[in-house]
Amino acid sequence: MTEVTYSNKPLPGIEGPGFLATSLEKAVGMARANSLWPLPFATSCCGIEFMATMGSNYDLARFGSERMSFSPRQADLLIVAGTIAKKMGPVLRQVYLQMAEPRWVLSVGACASSGGIFDTYSVLQGIDKVIPVDVYVPGCPPRPEQILDGVMKIQELVRNESLRRRESDEYKTLLASYGIQ
Amino acid sequence: MQESIELNKEEVKEYTTLNLGPTHPATHGIFQNILKMDGEIIIDAEQTVGYIHRAFEKIAERRPFYQITTLTDRLNYCSSPINNMGWHMTVEKLLQVEVPKRAQYMRVIIMELARIADHLVCNAVVGVDTGALTGFTYMFQWREKIYDIYEQICGARLTTNIGRIGGMERDFNDDVYKKLREFLKEFPKAFSEFCSLLERNRIFFDRTINTGVISAERALNYGFTGPNLRATGVDYDVRVMNPYSSYQDFDFAIPVGSNGDTYDRFMVRQQEMWESLKIIQQALDNLPQGKYYADVPEFYLPPKEDVYNNMEALIWHFKIVMGEADVPKGEVYHAVEGGNGELGFYLISDGGRAPYKLHFRRPCFIYYQAYPEMIKGGMLSDAVVAMSSMNVIAGELDA
Amino acid sequence: MTQVNNAYIVEEVQAAFGTDILEHQEPYGMLTLVINPAKIVDLLTWFKQHPIIQAGFLTDISGAHFPDLKGGELNAVYHIQSMTQNIRIRIKCFVPVENPVIPSVVPLYSGANWMERETYDYYGIQFEGHPNLKRILNVDEMDYFPLRKEFPLEDGTRTDKEDKYFGR
Repeated sequence: MTEVTYSNKPLPGIEGPGFLATSLEKAVGMARANSLWPLPFATSCCGIEFMATMGSNYDLARFGSERMSFSPRQADLLIVAGTIAKKMGPVLRQVYLQMAEPRWVLSVGACASSGGIFDTYSVLQGIDKVIPVDVYVPGCPPRPEQILDGVMKIQELVRNESLRRRESDEYKTLLASYGIQ
Repeated sequence: MQESIELNKEEVKEYTTLNLGPTHPATHGIFQNILKMDGEIIIDAEQTVGYIHRAFEKIAERRPFYQITTLTDRLNYCSSPINNMGWHMTVEKLLQVEVPKRAQYMRVIIMELARIADHLVCNAVVGVDTGALTGFTYMFQWREKIYDIYEQICGARLTTNIGRIGGMERDFNDDVYKKLREFLKEFPKAFSEFCSLLERNRIFFDRTINTGVISAERALNYGFTGPNLRATGVDYDVRVMNPYSSYQDFDFAIPVGSNGDTYDRFMVRQQEMWESLKIIQQALDNLPQGKYYADVPEFYLPPKEDVYNNMEALIWHFKIVMGEADVPKGEVYHAVEGGNGELGFYLISDGGRAPYKLHFRRPCFIYYQAYPEMIKGGMLSDAVVAMSSMNVIAGELDA
Repeated sequence: MTQVNNAYIVEEVQAAFGTDILEHQEPYGMLTLVINPAKIVDLLTWFKQHPIIQAGFLTDISGAHFPDLKGGELNAVYHIQSMTQNIRIRIKCFVPVENPVIPSVVPLYSGANWMERETYDYYGIQFEGHPNLKRILNVDEMDYFPLRKEFPLEDGTRTDKEDKYFGR
């Protein structure tokens, strides 16, 4: 199991009086990680816990997610909170396709991760059947602290990602397996 | 010159089709409305629901009775304790079990707290849709205080699974009393600030009065219940017509509107929150002593000390967890006053461990049909505010 | 002032409808009438217009499937109530699964529109005269009626969950 370390140093690099030398990837990674604009795709009960996370007690805004973007083109992070039914699957896929690169997906709650307690004919057993997911947050519903932990793990992913992820073969094969060009 | 003037004499009207949903920031929940519009005025609307259909009724045919409480949590998830209590009361009606007074008063306190939580979300969101985001941020802080009380009682914040068939699973501890008294002291002050923000606000009046209107006859014809019906002038409240869980002991008023517009729905919910505070105060002051659960050995888990030492208690524990309970055959319908109206449970039992059929009478599903009629002839922004004032919760709409 | 209770209602209904009322019971205090499906609209109109009972509020329509009741496998259950007399009544009509047709009450109660669509979606009962009888909660392409007893709860095509680990 890999250890996730949360970097509390501002930016690794060579420091001197009045300058900091670091790689472009690290600088861009830091900028992206601390300014993720989420698209709250909230369908049911996890949506209310997400609203509580956005509220002042647990405050998602201090992680950089000040502005909830409802337009997919302007969002970096797709937060899917709540049950996705088979009727909703194509809609979710459309929203994911409309997002511009770079994009990440956070699946909040048991229903979005695996279908949850609803093992029925009408519920999609996990959104990873239609779109690629980066971080799964279990819970029914997860406490706001868990959702914040999920966002922090996404931040860790974003911070360490290469600038040209979309050109890499691994990413292309992943998207091809979902039928996305 | 003459020809061009004559050509323009006949106007051709062209309507716009606008797709509102299913994912839309203004619709709080996932349902789709395809609007036919003439500029800004709405001519017609076509609805599609079912985007979060989770087949509750089919799942309920598989589960033993006490496991269905977790399903009812997820119906109207803003006020899940009310759904839980409604289900417990339905099964208690089937088994003909009388719940002790103390448990009934405890249930009333929890249900009224849930009603306050539900109406807070609805009214704060009506504020957001008209542009007043401040009320939302402040009122959500108070929902956290209600969540703290739920956590002390049952351990969960949102999907609570409070209570058991036959009463409550544990008594209120001292922290619950302390938090309740604090809430009753501090919440009125904060709530008055929210009231003063919107209730006599000129801009709010212009946005909400005479928009999304429905008359009392049409509302009754559609089957409206709850605050939406009371806003049209009909004072139907299940707590007063068919009192359950000792509601007849409490003294509270039923706020009623007159116009059936968005402002009346907002004000009815505001007043209901004040009435709920009164009920909680009365219940706390008069909470009777005694047992907090009835004697239903087939459904109520025996205390753990008995299970580890006593053979009979061990056998009951095993039978309950396996779901082997003797239930009488029959059909029963029980209704409670949920946050949105009459939440009904129609249960057919054939004596087995799971219901033969369970149907939820969901108020949201029934009154959302009237939405096209309410917004016809109005403007798009008014339609958005009308939808949030109806408090349509997607989980209850699709079940 | 006549006391409006279940006995009074049974008396009035039998006087008006006679043999169309197939049986009446009172499980847990709620009057339950079983009626010939062809007369359901007349019965609900009669209840709405009766000067004393005034049962003019349709609470709910749902359905049920009893595979063992030959000739009456599917049924539709109507719950109505009278606001002024504070009384609730349940009305059932049984139809065979080969030809499940019941007249629609939408002209009488606008609220019945979606309630009947839901019952059609779950059980396949055809409501004659309904303005828009199509599926409401399930996907439109679904070709079976899921709440009937012969169909399973789970989706048969799912690949990630093995039934033997879930006790099925």
